[in-house]
Amino acid sequence: MALLRLLLALLIVFSSPCKVTALEGDSAEVGLNYSSKSSETSTSTNVTTATITTLPIVIWKWHHVETPYLVALWILTCWLCKLVVELNHSLTSVIPESGLLIMLGFILGGIVWGADKAQTFKLVPVNFFYYLLPQIVLDASYCMPNKLFFSNLGAILVHAVIGTCWNAGTVGVALWACYEGGAMGTLNIGALQFLLFGALMSAVDPVAVIAVFEEVHVNEVLYILVFGESLLNDGVTVVLYNVFDAFVSLGGPKINAEEIIKGIVSFFVVAFGGSLIGVVFAVLISMLTRVTKNVQVIEAGFIIVLGYLSYLTAEMLSLSAILSITFCGVCCQKYINANMDEKSVTTLRYSLKVLANGSETMIFVFLGLSAIDKNIWVWNTGFILLTILFIVVFRFMGVFFLNWILNQSRLIPIDITDQIVMSYGGLRGAVAYGLAATLDEKKIPEKNLMLGTTLIVVYFTVVLQGITMKPFVQWLKVKKATQADLTLNGKINNRTFEHILTAMEDICGRMGDNWWTRHWKHFEEKYVCWLLMTSDARKHNDQIFGAFHKLNLEDATSYVTEGESKGSLAFIRNDDSASVDFKKKLALEYADIIPDIMADMSEYDFGIDNVPVMKNPIPSVSLGIHEQDSKTMPNDLNAHHLLEQHLYKSRRYNRPTYSRSHYKASENPDEMQEIFQRTMRSRLESFKSAKMGVNPAKKLSKHPKKDSTHKPNGKPADPNRTHPYGDEDFEFSADSASSSDIAGHFSRRSTNAPRAGVDNPAFIPEMDTSAPMRNPPWQTETGNNTAVAPSQRAQGRLPWTPTNLRHLAPLRMSTRSTDSFAMADASVDEEAPEEKPGTHHTRL
Amino acid sequence: MGSRASSLLREEDIEEIKKETGFSHSQITRLYSRFHSLDKGENGALSREDFQRIPELAINPLGDRIINAFFPEGEDQVNFRGFMRTLAHFRPVEDNEKNKDLTSGEPLNSRTNKLLFAFRLYDLDRDDKISRDELLQVLRMMVGVNISDEQLGSIADRTIQEADTNGDMCISFNEFTKVLEKVDVEQKMSIRFLH
Repeated sequence: MALLRLLLALLIVFSSPCKVTALEGDSAEVGLNYSSKSSETSTSTNVTTATITTLPIVIWKWHHVETPYLVALWILTCWLCKLVVELNHSLTSVIPESGLLIMLGFILGGIVWGADKAQTFKLVPVNFFYYLLPQIVLDASYCMPNKLFFSNLGAILVHAVIGTCWNAGTVGVALWACYEGGAMGTLNIGALQFLLFGALMSAVDPVAVIAVFEEVHVNEVLYILVFGESLLNDGVTVVLYNVFDAFVSLGGPKINAEEIIKGIVSFFVVAFGGSLIGVVFAVLISMLTRVTKNVQVIEAGFIIVLGYLSYLTAEMLSLSAILSITFCGVCCQKYINANMDEKSVTTLRYSLKVLANGSETMIFVFLGLSAIDKNIWVWNTGFILLTILFIVVFRFMGVFFLNWILNQSRLIPIDITDQIVMSYGGLRGAVAYGLAATLDEKKIPEKNLMLGTTLIVVYFTVVLQGITMKPFVQWLKVKKATQADLTLNGKINNRTFEHILTAMEDICGRMGDNWWTRHWKHFEEKYVCWLLMTSDARKHNDQIFGAFHKLNLEDATSYVTEGESKGSLAFIRNDDSASVDFKKKLALEYADIIPDIMADMSEYDFGIDNVPVMKNPIPSVSLGIHEQDSKTMPNDLNAHHLLEQHLYKSRRYNRPTYSRSHYKASENPDEMQEIFQRTMRSRLESFKSAKMGVNPAKKLSKHPKKDSTHKPNGKPADPNRTHPYGDEDFEFSADSASSSDIAGHFSRRSTNAPRAGVDNPAFIPEMDTSAPMRNPPWQTETGNNTAVAPSQRAQGRLPWTPTNLRHLAPLRMSTRSTDSFAMADASVDEEAPEEKPGTHHTRL
Repeated sequence: MGSRASSLLREEDIEEIKKETGFSHSQITRLYSRFHSLDKGENGALSREDFQRIPELAINPLGDRIINAFFPEGEDQVNFRGFMRTLAHFRPVEDNEKNKDLTSGEPLNSRTNKLLFAFRLYDLDRDDKISRDELLQVLRMMVGVNISDEQLGSIADRTIQEADTNGDMCISFNEFTKVLEKVDVEQKMSIRFLH
């Protein structure tokens, strides 16, 4: 009930802007969800025309921000709905999230209705197809398990193309036959309109069913069949819809054999042309990511924008946009993942997820919201019930028939339970609604009946079938996916198996599935990779090596976790042989995988303990790392540890804006004192050396000011206030003079400065204020570890880069990354006194 | 061609092969015609050279190992029955066969036999263990030149460690089976023979 109250409170916030917009009567086109109905009630009471008599201090400018404001508010509301839905986990495990969102949409719609007495907001097809759908499809296709998809492409295409046409045709014809038989009373619908309706009803929605599948871990073939089908099917449906739409506008009498053939040809041209556009864009994206190394910050953005452009381009050429963006995502994922930095891949993955989930949420909420409109509800029991009956029945028939054909040539036939689940997974979703809403009322007089029926079908399938799906899958005992852990043995042997199979097929003299796979691989390695991948990425493109790298990363992660749970990574210092921690790690790893290995653990330990005396020079990977660096590793770690403990805390932490650790600085007043004294000493020295300098007067005038701020309390509690502004300006100009991007130079210069004997005193104050925490320890304590120390500190400051863990595997640590971190660190430190926390990551 | 080749094959041979390997009659005659066309010496048996003449096998990184798998130890000829026996490893496991296992011994296309076939590819010295060197040899064949020897060595080490449960730094067949426990070997080691 608290839930409801929250929603009500939210909606009160909304209803006032709604009323304002209703009064001002804006055109509906601009708004995301703003319907044209409200323009009737306009009473042109405009504020802007009022003459100004005096200078206004603050004006109410609702009018200026209205559209984006409403859009943002609605996005917020929808996402809050998702939040509310996800609050109760036991509820979402029974009713799928999509169903709950639709229900919340009903409530929201009801409240809007209550406030406005009209439907002010609804899902407009244009917005749906241009702003909400593309990212969902892009995300789905980008995250598609590539290999699985292509190895089942035949079956997926059969289901998506033939299955969809079958559904569209049969539902349309059957409904028309029933209408002719008099089951629906008198309606103004012809045979073609029924076919059009059948076409739009055949769009299967991936969202709801995939959520269920992922939860129960159905086997991967079933997963990819349903997922791939529902994705491609959307595209095919739109194409089919357009063809039938053209037939409808052409009108019954004009349709002859020629037109029908044209329709069929256009179907294939549109579908394959769209896919081709997608592939072309995939090539473009892959090639582009070869050269985006220098703009890593926006690298991920390129993919999103180009993916979107592939959608729009296909739309512009009246080809299938959905198929275009689907193939774009599927084809480019491998190459861009190899080309881009790991950070960018993570960024892309997450931003796509945010976009896709965001718009998915909006779509479902608005599907519910759109129902609250009395105009669209034209009830016709016969029509509605028969539609539901037919889509279910014909879906089952189609799936079974097509699978029967497919099974004739499949190595592993699709079994009966999988077929039932496939048929039952035919949920209708937003695409069907979007298409129904696009119907032209002039051509189809019964548009509202169709729209209403579509909504009912969507609710029926998403809510009812969605709820029953999970128990159904469990009851049928659908084969679950074997939870395959990543093992090198698995990877290597998979590859071995592939080689064996192709060899056997060659020996038997038939071109099997493996023949195609192998020839494609050959071609890909020879030409495609050369064209689309950077040479660096090509080198690391070996699957076995990839698995090896991934495993090492995992090791590193768990190694850190383990280390941290014991207080510090420095614990390794206490164990003389590195093999000990590897053993622990292995024990951990295997403990939660195979319990019966636990029984062998004593044996296992024995084996590991023996490792150092084994004849192999590098007994294991992790060990290999330790051993290879056994000379440097302990030293390094000691150094790290030493640095960690003895580096002065930056005053950056001191600032109240960084609330997380701002009180930490006061922990150590001695440190402050020490720094202060050291600064003073070095200033004194530089003062002496600069006595003959250019501008001693300026310096003299500056120092007392600074000292006075530092002296009284011994530590600067708030640099914001205590920092002398003259210095800051000065620093800034010096920074920009030395061209801000070479921040590395800057720090180097400042480290060199005291030793070299500065002849320009202008640099002294800034060097003293911004760098004292770093300079002295480097010079006095650790000597040559300058490159490592900042990288670790930078790591602490960049919490969004989990892949930095590479640093723990020194084997893979490149000089490049160290450099960039050093630079990052330097630039961050430098900006600290300038109080621009928001800008520093753009420099990375 | 097919009819001429199959005429060389006696019915009772077919029956025996059928019983041993589980192939259907038509599959056997089809494969016999393939066997016949590979057999350039026309002596009813294939030599290593006959296999090596298949162009695709030359570009298969494991080609020679796989050819070797056809030949029983110490022999360099394989007759049609031996040929079929090896191919039978790759017959898909059919549903009705799963239950038959208990009654009529282990069929050639069982999971264990499929795995054993793969295992033998590694195990050159036939001591029923994959040593580090043996693994390394196969790995070297399968990966490109981009991976250095050290990296490959550590991959091999790690691979052995993953599988090795008794600490002898070798992979025995039991360990091999165990580590591939979750891999769908039945599917991944099967090809479709035309009926």
